[in-house]
Amino acid sequence: MLREEMSAVGLDPEEIEVREVSTGADAEREEFIGSPTIRVDGRDVQPVPDEPIGLACRVYRLPDGRISPLPDPAEVRQTLAEAMNGGD
Amino acid sequence: MAQASATKVGEHAPQLELPDTSGTIHTLPTPNEAPATVIVWTCNHCPYALAWHDRIVEVARDYEGRGVRFLAVNSNDAERYPHDSLGAMRDRVESEDWPFPYLHDESQEAARAWAAQVTPHLYVLDPGLRITYEGAPDSDHRDPERNAEWLREALDAVLAGSEPVRPATDPVGCSIKWK
Repeated sequence: MLREEMSAVGLDPEEIEVREVSTGADAEREEFIGSPTIRVDGRDVQPVPDEPIGLACRVYRLPDGRISPLPDPAEVRQTLAEAMNGGD
Repeated sequence: MAQASATKVGEHAPQLELPDTSGTIHTLPTPNEAPATVIVWTCNHCPYALAWHDRIVEVARDYEGRGVRFLAVNSNDAERYPHDSLGAMRDRVESEDWPFPYLHDESQEAARAWAAQVTPHLYVLDPGLRITYEGAPDSDHRDPERNAEWLREALDAVLAGSEPVRPATDPVGCSIKWK
C-alpha cells in the first residue's frame, strides 16, 4: 500500500527504509508503538501521542471508525503530499 | 498478518484447563458438555482480533439461549507484549462486559496443544468435543456486514446435528506472540 501511494504522488518506492523493531529496547529507542508504523520524514501517518511504547501490532482507525491493521491509504497519501510540500 | 492452514478438523479437541481473568479455572471437557463449544484464540492488541471481536461477541449473545459455550484464550507473551498482560485482559473484560470468560494461557501450552497460530483463530466443537470447524469468523475483518457468518454457519450445523458445509477456512490475523 505504501509503495502504491508513493508511486501515486511521484515518489520512488525504493526510497522506503524498513526498520525491524524486535526488542523492547528497540521499541524505546524508536518510540515505537506497533507494527506496522509508517513515518514520512519522521512524521507518523496517524499520530497517537498517548499510545504506550512497546512491541505490539498497530491498530489503526479508518475514517469511518473501523479498526484496521493498516492506515487509510488516503491518509498516507496526504502525509506524503504534505512532506513533499515542506511538511505542512 | 499470518495465515495458517487448518489441520485439525475431525479430531477430538485437546484438553483445556486455564484460569480466567478472575482466577476461576475452566476446563474442557467439562461436566454437562454444551451442545456446541466455541474456542477462540484472541488477544488485546491485534487489529484483526479487535476488528472481529464485536462480531464474535454478538454470536455469543445470539446463541446463548441455545446453550453454546464460548471460551476466549489469550496465549501471547505478556512480557514482551504488555498489552496482553493478565491485568490488561481483566480491564478489558470488565470495561467491555464480555459475555464469555477470557482465559490466560501464560505457559502457551494450550496454544501449542491446539496448534493455534493467529488471533483470532476459532474452533467449533460438537457435543462430543470433536472439532467441526476451524478458521476465521468470516471472510473479511474489514466488513462488519459479514456478521461472523462462517462461525454462525458452523454453529447452526452442529446444533442441527450435521456437519458444517465449510469445515475449515484459513484463520487470518496476527501471529501468536511466542516466548
